[in-house]
Amino acid sequence: MIHFTNARLIDPETLTDSPGSLTVENGLIHAINAPAPAGAQIFDCQSLPLAPGIVDLGVQIGEPGERHKESFRSAGLAAAAGGITTIIARPDTNPAIDSPELLEFVTRRAREASPVRMHHMAALTKGRQGQQMVEIGFLLDAGAIAFTDGDHVTQNTKTLSRCMTYARSLNALIIAHPQDPGLSAGASATTSKFASLRGIPAVSPMAERMAFDRDMALVEMTGVKYHADQITCARTLPALQRAKANGLDVTAGTSIHHLTLNELDVGDYRTFFKLTPPLRSEDDRLAMVQAVADGLIDTISSYHTPADEESKRLPFEEAASGAVGLQTLLPAAMRLYHAGHLDLPTLFRALSLNPAKRLNLPQGRLAVGAPADLILFDPDAPFLLDRFKLHSKSKNTPFDGQRMEGKVLGTWVAGTRVYAES
Amino acid sequence: MTFRARHLLGIEHLSPQDIVTVLDLADRYVDLNRRTMKQSDALRGMTQINMFFEASTRTLASFELAGKRLGADVMNMGVSQSSVKKGETLLDTAMTLNAMHPDLLVVRHPSSGAVNLLAEKVNCAVLNAGDGRHEHPTQALLDALTIRRAKGRIQRLTVAICGDIAHSRVARSNLILLGKMENRIRLIAPPTLMPNGVNEFGCEVFDDMAKGLEGCDVVMMLRLQKERMDGAFIPSEREYYHRYGLDAEKLAHAKPDAIVMHPGPMNRGVEIDGTLADDINRSVIQEQVEMGVAVRMACMDLLARNLKAERGAKASEVIV
Repeated sequence: MIHFTNARLIDPETLTDSPGSLTVENGLIHAINAPAPAGAQIFDCQSLPLAPGIVDLGVQIGEPGERHKESFRSAGLAAAAGGITTIIARPDTNPAIDSPELLEFVTRRAREASPVRMHHMAALTKGRQGQQMVEIGFLLDAGAIAFTDGDHVTQNTKTLSRCMTYARSLNALIIAHPQDPGLSAGASATTSKFASLRGIPAVSPMAERMAFDRDMALVEMTGVKYHADQITCARTLPALQRAKANGLDVTAGTSIHHLTLNELDVGDYRTFFKLTPPLRSEDDRLAMVQAVADGLIDTISSYHTPADEESKRLPFEEAASGAVGLQTLLPAAMRLYHAGHLDLPTLFRALSLNPAKRLNLPQGRLAVGAPADLILFDPDAPFLLDRFKLHSKSKNTPFDGQRMEGKVLGTWVAGTRVYAES
Repeated sequence: MTFRARHLLGIEHLSPQDIVTVLDLADRYVDLNRRTMKQSDALRGMTQINMFFEASTRTLASFELAGKRLGADVMNMGVSQSSVKKGETLLDTAMTLNAMHPDLLVVRHPSSGAVNLLAEKVNCAVLNAGDGRHEHPTQALLDALTIRRAKGRIQRLTVAICGDIAHSRVARSNLILLGKMENRIRLIAPPTLMPNGVNEFGCEVFDDMAKGLEGCDVVMMLRLQKERMDGAFIPSEREYYHRYGLDAEKLAHAKPDAIVMHPGPMNRGVEIDGTLADDINRSVIQEQVEMGVAVRMACMDLLARNLKAERGAKASEVIV
């Protein structure tokens, strides 16, 4: 039994940020603002925020296939140090996780190796090829938490509509990457004066809107539960708002990088800033921040995508896309807090509560009876980020060498401490 | 003498004074090149490697000749046929060459920014001979020299750049240079060949060639790549020639003494009329080629001086 005293409780459900105490017993939150029970271990939080652990939806891990980039162990350690208590892993591995056997393998590996909770998404189609549906029923039985082909957009609308219809009958969640494959072919930046002068092939933000509009028509047709992985452009927001207003079962996420960086950060072809989708304009970034504040965008994730040095040390167009983010998600989010754009309860609504709710997980709440997945952090602690000190096997972070604020001091999963700042 | 750059990666990094320095020195090399004895010893004892990851005849020949006339040991590497095919990365190739102690590395690469990446990893002077659709600085400098010699100045001119601007590194370098030198720039192209965000470039944008050429001092034509003529960007070659090919009739809209330029190689009958291209009263296309050698000599000379200054005392202590 642990009694957290003198804490600043961040409750994303009630959107409150208030001093209090919290008691943990048997891995669950036992009481809030109750006197310390006899025999409980007292933990003085020194007036720092205690929040529900982050549920990071869409983390790529290199198992199976590319363990040199990231293993369940290294990802788990990075997550614990970053205040993430639940990882929702992506199926875009090599091979893709598209069969119950593979899913059972990664589930077992993750359980053995990771200090934080892990759930696994499965591919929507075999090999993420957009041709044949996976065994959605068996995969659900094996524990698949959602179905996604990642950044492989299913082009054949007939195939996609059948996948959706079938998924609907099993109440499975589909996660899609709205990006028109035709318009975005070959692009590694967003169309702008900057991309033109740098000579980088670019895609219009409209490619995201088009794909989202198409998906909304299919969602309306099939009634499936749908989550857009990353909405990054202001022009997509009215369509998202309409879909929600029309009662479609639709939610949307965005990435921390699209909330804190813009296209100009690429500078002189810095490949650590090459992402999928590419970084957008400052106007788009601000619109995304506002959409998170308004609750129109539901979730914030790291979109952790490990890439080895070789795949990044290439000319911009040829370099791999993606950035690691498990350990920088919280400090990057603190930029939004310090800039006065988002308060802590609103941030944790998007980081913890909403992803858990969408995936029917009991985490993400500071409520009696909820799992004691907690993080204690100092939002003001400054540090200089050194990418070689990250726990991830891959070091491709866009925040390398940058001044950041926000340090995780402790991470608890089911009441057990899995990380302590040294 | 103000030219202090370590590398020549793009016009973007040059000041107007740098540009004038290059052009002034190039003028002197034009005189040298017209003599029978064309030798200088500016690069004597230095090694120049021309590393071309993309096919090129004219630029490669120009750089090779420039290096040889300055007394450098010049080596050409057509990298597309060798180790890259065996899976070696750009940086490994560069590091291998770097270990051979070149002094000047002239690089052309099909990816934008590839030359910048390479320059970070080697300890010699790097010259960008064209990277993707980013920059081609020596082309812009030779165009500037050609204009200055034909018009007597490189300021306050109205210059039209016509053709495939979206995919052209020549256009990018030229519009940066001409902008820095305070000229009025007009971009003329069908909208499918115009870069995105062109309205923020500070240029006048036209899709009607006659209107765009009105009152121009200089008309720069760009090459249209064969693979872009197949209906993906423009409907057909003949429609393009009809609307955007430069002929005497369209040129009549420009000033009577307007000069016609083309970076080569030309598609006669696609972007430019053959007779006009050969008209010695209007076309300065051959001069551009001549200026190319002189400008490249000037650039390499300046970079070599900076390199020698940087290596300083050490260079004089060399034991032969």
